[in-house]
Amino acid sequence: MNASARRLTAPLLRLAVLVAVTLVVLVALLVASGFDASTALQAMARGAFGSWYAITSATLVRAVPLALTGLAVAIAFRAGLLNIGAEGQLLAGAAAATATASLFGATPSALLLPLVLLAGVASGACWAGIASWLRQRFGVLEVISTIMLNFVALYVVGWLVRGPLQEPSKFYPQSMPLAKTLQLPALLEGTRLHVGALFAVTLAGAAWWWLRETAGGFRLRAVGMNPSAAATSGRIDVARVSMYAFLASGALAGLAGAVEVTGVTYALYDHSPGYGYTAIAVALLARLNPIGVLGTAVLFGALQAGGNAMQRDAGVPVALVNMVEAVLILLVIAGDRWRGSAR
Amino acid sequence: MSFALALSGISKSYGNVAVLHDVSLQVRPGTVHALLGENGAGKTTLMRVAFGLVAGDAGDVEIEGVRVSEHTPAHAIARGLGMVHQHFSLVAAMTVTENVALGNHGGFTAATVAEQIRTVGERTGLTLDPHARVRDLPVSAQQRCEIVKALARDARVLILDEPTAVLAPDEAQALLRWVREFAAQHPSHAVVLITHKLRDALAVADDVTVLRRGTRVASGLASTFTEVSLADAMLGPTERTPAIEAEVMPRVRPHTDSVGAHHVVLQADAVTVHDNRGVARVHSASFNVRAGEIVGLAAVEGSGQTELLRAVAGLREVASGRLHRPPDVGFVPEDRHGDALLLDASLTENYALRDAGSRRGRVPWREIAARTAAVLARRDVRANGPHINARTLSGGNQQKFVLARALEDTPPALVIENPTRGLDFRATAAVHDALHDARDAGIAILFYSSDLDEVLTLADRVLVLHNGVLRQVPREREGVGRAMLGLT
Repeated sequence: MNASARRLTAPLLRLAVLVAVTLVVLVALLVASGFDASTALQAMARGAFGSWYAITSATLVRAVPLALTGLAVAIAFRAGLLNIGAEGQLLAGAAAATATASLFGATPSALLLPLVLLAGVASGACWAGIASWLRQRFGVLEVISTIMLNFVALYVVGWLVRGPLQEPSKFYPQSMPLAKTLQLPALLEGTRLHVGALFAVTLAGAAWWWLRETAGGFRLRAVGMNPSAAATSGRIDVARVSMYAFLASGALAGLAGAVEVTGVTYALYDHSPGYGYTAIAVALLARLNPIGVLGTAVLFGALQAGGNAMQRDAGVPVALVNMVEAVLILLVIAGDRWRGSAR
Repeated sequence: MSFALALSGISKSYGNVAVLHDVSLQVRPGTVHALLGENGAGKTTLMRVAFGLVAGDAGDVEIEGVRVSEHTPAHAIARGLGMVHQHFSLVAAMTVTENVALGNHGGFTAATVAEQIRTVGERTGLTLDPHARVRDLPVSAQQRCEIVKALARDARVLILDEPTAVLAPDEAQALLRWVREFAAQHPSHAVVLITHKLRDALAVADDVTVLRRGTRVASGLASTFTEVSLADAMLGPTERTPAIEAEVMPRVRPHTDSVGAHHVVLQADAVTVHDNRGVARVHSASFNVRAGEIVGLAAVEGSGQTELLRAVAGLREVASGRLHRPPDVGFVPEDRHGDALLLDASLTENYALRDAGSRRGRVPWREIAARTAAVLARRDVRANGPHINARTLSGGNQQKFVLARALEDTPPALVIENPTRGLDFRATAAVHDALHDARDAGIAILFYSSDLDEVLTLADRVLVLHNGVLRQVPREREGVGRAMLGLT
């Protein structure tokens, strides 16, 4: 009883500590760079939580792709795969979703939106599959291949929006806006929050349950903890488990891309807010726990939404918020180390 | 007279665990000093303090009568100390010359170092080809290389940590003879021999110091001790049960040929096995293991035993020949931390690992936790319940747990590598008891041990693998020892 209660409260406590540390670091950085901390923080709070609209349409809208890519990173890391390529897999998903939409956009059908999302999922998985294949076939470290593939994905998108997928006037480097029928429905009327949020929550719950309760989830965790013992004492096909984990990770990031296109931007652009990179922090701060990812995704969504407001209303460069994110990651990693060595 | 090496009042704690408590040790020049104790008694830590690898919390180190402060390995080497660790610190891809030159300051010419290696060889009888690559050398030559490395830096006092553990009996005898000669060669020479083998200690040492749980419990001239008195000192007088006695003073059991009536469980006909690089490591081996017998495999390191055992365990393909094995062969790998356990997972999860490859659907965690708890109780694994992490168990309890996991559901056959590596006498006795019970329950057991004494005491039948060639040899010390070196 006591133990299960602690299991519930510990992550919440952790999140509270993270928020507190974030605020302290932020104030320190603001003061050190000569800004008026109180004005800046007020602007930030307004932008992130100041209104129903700010919460749903700024913070939570950003939290959705962060949660999906955060899950992607968490699944891969739990399997011992350092997939740094959620960004590229997200872009691959976004590109495939856009391409599918533009290919079939003239024939509206109820099935088309699911098809567009599936195209994103498949494309993200394939993009991760390249890195997985390179790893298994040639022993290429996935840290390197996935980072490289991020750039490849970005440049492919750049080419697509200036070439085959460019909008009809051929003026802007972006795709044609999606038809209304291909846009994800709003989750809450009058806000920008779309049903993609439901995907994130459902998938986080499913991933948590699957890792914990199923044989497949246990295999994935065993391979992540000690591949040699998994193969020798568990007779687990490590290569196969790694491949599936990599594909699943890419699929989640690909879904994030498709959801972003159909839920937020409604078009493909050749620049990106870098959700796939922030996702690494989201996953690590959640200690790779899928449910925890939801919490840290909201935290980072709020930081980014608030950071934009701070830049707009108080003239504080948004780079300051990026510094806070980096400090948070370092603190968490150092904290884990410290706890580990104290054991 | 000043001592070659004198340690006084050395204490060392890690966290709140005291590893050494007020230990003193004096090595007389011109002698061999055996440092005895169980695994975990603090022998190696004490010598690491002497060599400057570990800073003691209290106490003094004196080398040839001069007290050292700010002790580091560089100082130790400069003062004529040399240490050969149990796990060699050689660069496998480099030549002997390069390994010997490694760690010297400034430049060197290969010819000078090679010449030096030859000189040391002539002076001490430790001959080595200076241009051979270390990875191509047999283990005994790698050990010579380690010693030459120390001697090339003018070491006068050598510390050898369990030097016979990796050697075949003849090689071990030769090394011990060399140790004696080296100590007698010059009045400034001395050797500290870290060992847990009483027989080696009594055969070669002038002086003996015994550690138990970090304290010095006995010290004196070797001639004043017997195997029994040393065993009492190592274990504490009340702890010596017949099973443990069998481990401390291994004797070959009288051969009880009760097998033969039972059916063959494992059968290999002209089996050839390759390693990961596709090189044949076992050539056309034929043998069988019957239900209810323990077959021991003796071999010096790298003779192909890993490949053979893993093929029998079903973890490696057979390149040619026929291997008859039941589908479910239990396997206990020698590297507990690397191959057997998820250290940061609970014992329940570690128990579930045995079926992880084939399980479908949900894992019945509650049921597995209950089974794990039952196994802990039945097999006397000292753990605070099934939910605690495998890392928190002692090595002996980890091994008991891994063995129990492999023996659940009574598989027809069990393959086990180095069943008791790194375990103390109590845990070793427990593991051996468990294996005897399994044998008596009708399980066919095939094991390999790098410790010949373990092969001779545990096995009903002995196979010897030399350079990938397998033969059956009568269970008798000299014959097995010669076969391990490929002599007939």
